[in-house]
Amino acid sequence: MQTQPPSITIEDAEVLRQEPWQGGYHLLVLRAPFIAPRVQPGQFVHTRLTAPADAILRRPFSVFKADGDTLQILYKPVGRGTSAMCALRPGDSLSLIGPLGRGFPLPRPDAVPVIVAGGYGMAALYLLAKTCPRPGLAFFGGATVEDILCVSDFEVLGWEVRVATEDGSRGVHGLVTAPLDAFLANPSRPSTIELFACGPNGMLRAIAERAHHYSLPAWVSMDRNMGCGLGACLTCVQKVRGPNGHAVWARVCKEGPVFDAQTILWEDEA
Amino acid sequence: MTTERRPPLDAEFQPDLSVDIGPLRLRNPVMTASGTFGYGTEYADLVDFEKLGAIVVKGISLDPWSGNSTPRTVEVASGLINAIGLQNPGVEKFIREHLAQLKRFSTPVIVNIWGRTVEEYAAVARRFDTEEGVAALEINVSCPNIKEGSKLFGTDLTAFRKVVAAVREATRKPMIPKLAPNVSDIGAFARAAEESGADAISLINSVPAMVVDAKTRRPRLANITGGLTGPAIRPIALKLVWEAARATKLPIIGMGGITETEHAAEFMIVGATAVAVGTATFAEPRTAMRIVEGLADYLRRQGMKSVRELIGSLRS
Repeated sequence: MQTQPPSITIEDAEVLRQEPWQGGYHLLVLRAPFIAPRVQPGQFVHTRLTAPADAILRRPFSVFKADGDTLQILYKPVGRGTSAMCALRPGDSLSLIGPLGRGFPLPRPDAVPVIVAGGYGMAALYLLAKTCPRPGLAFFGGATVEDILCVSDFEVLGWEVRVATEDGSRGVHGLVTAPLDAFLANPSRPSTIELFACGPNGMLRAIAERAHHYSLPAWVSMDRNMGCGLGACLTCVQKVRGPNGHAVWARVCKEGPVFDAQTILWEDEA
Repeated sequence: MTTERRPPLDAEFQPDLSVDIGPLRLRNPVMTASGTFGYGTEYADLVDFEKLGAIVVKGISLDPWSGNSTPRTVEVASGLINAIGLQNPGVEKFIREHLAQLKRFSTPVIVNIWGRTVEEYAAVARRFDTEEGVAALEINVSCPNIKEGSKLFGTDLTAFRKVVAAVREATRKPMIPKLAPNVSDIGAFARAAEESGADAISLINSVPAMVVDAKTRRPRLANITGGLTGPAIRPIALKLVWEAARATKLPIIGMGGITETEHAAEFMIVGATAVAVGTATFAEPRTAMRIVEGLADYLRRQGMKSVRELIGSLRS
């Protein structure tokens, strides 16, 4: 069973640090005394930037690390909102709503946790790796070596990390599914595995197919454009198989962003 | 009508914020706009419902409705275009699961209703007629996001009269038709609402709009077109409220891009009795609460003891 999210609030977080990271990514360290201690793995915060002035919506970000009253966001400036985020300096304030969404379930104590991540998904899965009762195996995929983000963070936790890059600049040459498939097909692998994935939709769908094929439990964290982040506006909906087998809309911000991979109706995704 | 300007009042003075929407007395004139506040409960952790004038919930139809495909919204400069497509759980589930929660608060709940036919409008209105905890019904005749007829009700005067009259027959609850902005004479619709038995009108609904991705040459919304809301439409909304106020004696709930206290005041100055905060709630859930507090301060500065003095107080 997935756990119920704790209560949420609006909090003006103070920017403590802003650091350039590899591959064009940035690390933002925030002091958020209410939200940071309450964040569960897989949850997100909804940020309100004061620029650009004509922005209408908040921007959701997964939480990379949460420690005491601080939390960290790893992000890449891709649009106007995230570009404005780069301008934040220590002492600036950033309004957060959080913690939001339903995160990952508690990992099964009897299963070896296996994480599959693409790009930013590596950061979004760090808190999960940290709370796993035992270290597991992580598969990281990206276009190039610059997109493989936090290998040492996982290794410090005792995790084994296997890497694939599309240009072969690090690890296996190919998609993350290449080393994952080799692992899953290996008869000497642990028989009881639980999969956790975060990354592009195509990758998540590929993981869901593997999980189905090998009858493995799998949890995927979906990424969607969001409006309110609270379940009111119905922007971020995803077709899922409901309790009675019928297709129903689930709100990624509320029922998700983490879903049982087998409930996602991939054909109906946008 | 207040035309003169007055000296400010003491900082301790508490102006009277109450207004009347037909038979409905509100503790203050600031409500949420339908479709931007869910069924209220989504915001329960963040918003003190007791501070709001009224809660207007997302549109309810007789049967459950699954709405449009995604993408359903797209952000534009100072605005948001949405094509949610009126997704809702249907009247029975709404009453059972959502209205039951809202009844715990003293704040009046206004239910936005819609149908695909005149008969469906009447049926959903009839279902709410005896429902305690529903203070009024707002009739959505103008959501641009469903193709099966509703658009006609908002822009065709004859169809509009029919649906308002049918709802009037079906319920004694206060009835508030919500007007579409894309008509040539908003005054005619305001008068038609009055003649057909409405207790108030609300305006404006979203403005029909679309965005295309030039790179892919595809529409940015699955529904192709949607409704523009947010600060981009505020001057349009203000002008339409001003026109409607000159055409009818009905109380008007003004809305369209309100994000600040001054915006709420502007709508009341041109003739609105109350206002609704919509898209601004998405980014700042406490916007409506903040505006309630801001209005008291604004009135003191204007030297007004009651917010009702503000209504229609436009100076020439």
